[in-house]
Amino acid sequence: MLQNFVVPDLYPAAPELFLALMICVILLVDLFLAQSRRWITSLMTMSTLIGCAAITYATADGQSVLTFSNMFVDDLLADFLKLMLYFSVMVVLVYSRDYLVARGLDRGEFYVLVLCATLGMMVMISAAHLLSIYIGLELLSLSLYALVAIDRDSSRATEAAMKYFVLGALASGLLLYGMSMIYGATGTLEIGGIAQSIAMGSANKTVLVFGLVFLVSGIAFKLGAVPFHMWIPDVYHGAPTAITLFIASAPKLAAFAMTLRLLVYGLFEMAHHWQVMLMIMAVLSIALGNLAAIAQTNIKRMLAYSAIAHMGFMLLALMSGVVGEDRHFMINAYSSAMYYVVAYVLMSLGSFGMILLLSRAGYEAENLEDFKGLNRRSPWFAAVMMILMFSMAGIPFFIGFFAKFSVLLAAVDAGHVAIAVFAVMFSLVGAFYYLRVVKLMYFDAPTDAAPITASLDMRIVLSANGVAVALFGMFPQAIMSLCTYALVRSM
Amino acid sequence: MSSNLLSLAIWLPIVGAFAVFAVGSERRNIMRWLALAVAVAGFLVTLPLYIGFDTAQAGMQFVEQAAWIPRFNVSYFLGVDGISVLFLLLNSFITILVVLAGWSVIEEKQAQYMGAFLIMSGLMNGIFCALDAVLFYVFFEASLIPMYLIIGVWGGPNRVYAAFKFFLYTLLGSLLMLIALIYLFLASGGSFNLLEWHQVRLEMTPQILLFVAFLVAFAVKVPMWPVHTWLPDAHVEAPTGGSVVLAAIMLKLGAYGFLRFSLPIAPDASQYLAPMMITLSLIAVVYIGFVALVQTDMKKLVAYSSISHMGFVTLGFFIFNQLGVEGALVQMISHGFISGAMFLCIGVLYDRMHSRNIADYGGVVNTMPKFAALFLFFAMANSGLPATSGFVGEFMVILGAIKFNFWVGFAAATTLILGAAYTLWMYKRVAFGPIVNDHVRSLTDINSRELLVLGLLALAVLAMGLYPFPFTDVMHASVDNLLKHVAVSKL
Repeated sequence: MLQNFVVPDLYPAAPELFLALMICVILLVDLFLAQSRRWITSLMTMSTLIGCAAITYATADGQSVLTFSNMFVDDLLADFLKLMLYFSVMVVLVYSRDYLVARGLDRGEFYVLVLCATLGMMVMISAAHLLSIYIGLELLSLSLYALVAIDRDSSRATEAAMKYFVLGALASGLLLYGMSMIYGATGTLEIGGIAQSIAMGSANKTVLVFGLVFLVSGIAFKLGAVPFHMWIPDVYHGAPTAITLFIASAPKLAAFAMTLRLLVYGLFEMAHHWQVMLMIMAVLSIALGNLAAIAQTNIKRMLAYSAIAHMGFMLLALMSGVVGEDRHFMINAYSSAMYYVVAYVLMSLGSFGMILLLSRAGYEAENLEDFKGLNRRSPWFAAVMMILMFSMAGIPFFIGFFAKFSVLLAAVDAGHVAIAVFAVMFSLVGAFYYLRVVKLMYFDAPTDAAPITASLDMRIVLSANGVAVALFGMFPQAIMSLCTYALVRSM
Repeated sequence: MSSNLLSLAIWLPIVGAFAVFAVGSERRNIMRWLALAVAVAGFLVTLPLYIGFDTAQAGMQFVEQAAWIPRFNVSYFLGVDGISVLFLLLNSFITILVVLAGWSVIEEKQAQYMGAFLIMSGLMNGIFCALDAVLFYVFFEASLIPMYLIIGVWGGPNRVYAAFKFFLYTLLGSLLMLIALIYLFLASGGSFNLLEWHQVRLEMTPQILLFVAFLVAFAVKVPMWPVHTWLPDAHVEAPTGGSVVLAAIMLKLGAYGFLRFSLPIAPDASQYLAPMMITLSLIAVVYIGFVALVQTDMKKLVAYSSISHMGFVTLGFFIFNQLGVEGALVQMISHGFISGAMFLCIGVLYDRMHSRNIADYGGVVNTMPKFAALFLFFAMANSGLPATSGFVGEFMVILGAIKFNFWVGFAAATTLILGAAYTLWMYKRVAFGPIVNDHVRSLTDINSRELLVLGLLALAVLAMGLYPFPFTDVMHASVDNLLKHVAVSKL
């Protein structure tokens, strides 16, 4: 009946609503545009994201507000992550334009799908209810499956999309199954309600743990942590590089938010159980990711395995939040994880951006060999790539060092000294393959003498990206305290 | 006393390096003179450190402190005492020589070459005056990057192997140290301040673990037997300038680390493990001395001689008396001059003949009399001839060792024979005898630039040998203080 319908408070979800509206507008407008005027779509997409950022910034009041019958939350954590999200999607759009144009993929669908994925991620970030997490996740995943297959004549991309879809659907199934178990145990789908119900001790522990296992499996799949990592190398490799860039950056933020909402906000009382699971996954991811990356000759695959190792490092921080009954490590551990993700997204954007920079019409610069002698072709971009690689390896003065540092500090603080030693030993292994890229760029003679023909805006943004990795490495305090502040205000 | 001299000593060369990059290799002359000007300016700003140094004071001088990363209580904390101040001067002085040595020899990417050395100079100044552990670590690791590039880009035929070995070996050590630093941060109640760490009380077990973690980091850097194998490779493949910096400064970082970290932070473990350290040092002195004897490559011979001489330094530290520690410090400075000079001499020969093989030479004295005279002087200094700086340090350490235990002193004294044997025998085969081939016959004597470089070093070696008081006077109070500190148990 209509009189029972209460109009929800739309204010906290203003950026999402704006984006949803704009997706429809762009979809319609794009229909009437000729290929030569596709830049209008691009411009509208960009403006939409800027608009979202403005709305998010303007509505960020530091309060945690629930709306849509407690399905949606707008807190500082969400605002911060969303701003990072818009930022990285915008960077993706800048980096990928030349690549897409050269391959005839610069179509309206690309922009709409990217925006749909962004909307999905925003919902994931702001979810306060298992269903809204699931809806956001599916919106993201389905858009990504389509994006991977956007180059429909490439059999490799199609295969990657199939693989991604089948495994992704399986993971969604696992997640959904876990959610139903938790619903069975607690009788609610609201994340806050779940936490309450567990705290009161009214939930059936066996069913809860059972559900938790499935939930963590689903999360691990989205993060790409071992043993749910199989799709990462194939999808990163198979997808067009512009799409790989997208998959490798922004969704990590959303996956992190999902992990935080589910495990920390919802199942915090179960921390002892999930911390052990995360620990196993972290250790395996760090080991396998770093070892397998050595054997790669394709830089996209190499970065894929490196992504697995990085997610392992992030999990290392997440598993260090609770020791016994002592919870004072919490904020430090989770903000370290958050800082790590933000730092990783920044580095990942830059590294895939470099691959796009070296690619041109009819030529994919995706083998390690393609970086040979870059120092002689373009000393500046060789330096940018060097900064990114050293940063990923965790060498100071770059952002990656302080990300690793804060994670290790959290882990040692929680008493995991042996695991910290294990992790740094494997980052030594990791240093090898990052150094190899530097070696190819600096020590070897170029095999490809073609000049770099990227557009000016891409050059500027990519340069800024490299400089940011260096600058935030020298002055890490700003982002670190933002992460901590956002977390403290949202807990 | 507050001033910005230390910051200037660190950042002036680094900022200057970027100016050198900006000028670029195309404008070779301007770039070279600019690099020289930066190096000289870098040396000049370190002079007031010596002149204004208060030798009566044991604590830190020229202290600068500012918050850097408040979240982890990391500060930008600089200061020098009698132990470290001389190394800043040595480092800045050697940088001038390195710039001069690469003046006309380096053909490829000369701006990057000069810039890399200037950056490294600044970073190493940072290591010597950092009093915050994270700041120290950041400089310590960042200095690997320029050295890696120097070996890899301008090195010999096997440069890639040498560069990787150098980087990964050193990184292995420093990563373990990172965990130790984090442990100490937690043990000291949340401080990275080195001076506070010196006062932290620790049980024996953590002390030993910390000592071992630091040992791995610093022993690799010194290098001590048996983790010395990277050094001969790195030296042989590095360009002359790289070898000079490596031998003259980089090796000292490890030894300096023992004095700044291991001894004062873990005094009981240091005392307890001293027999092991003394044994390792003596193995380096005697065994590596024999290894040096059989080398056929000049650079390798000097590299092994460096390891042997550094064995003296670690020996001096771990006999815990004033003579030993001061002798070791004098030996470090003197070795900086002498080994630098030896590598420059070999560089002079290599630039002309493109061979480092002793067998390719013979009768050089006939064609290069001026050079042969200087080379002889440095060879004598390397073997510890009285009135050169090489004698002072070795003699002090031997005296200290005999005080400690006659047989330790006896074993150490064999270096006087061994050192003379391998250095002078090499000199004899290179310089004396009949001219063996046409290449030697067509050699030209050193030009005025080379004469200036070697002459400056010869003056330094002679001055320090004849009148070491200005050097020992500076370090006296600080060493005394350190020994008193180490003698007090922390248990």
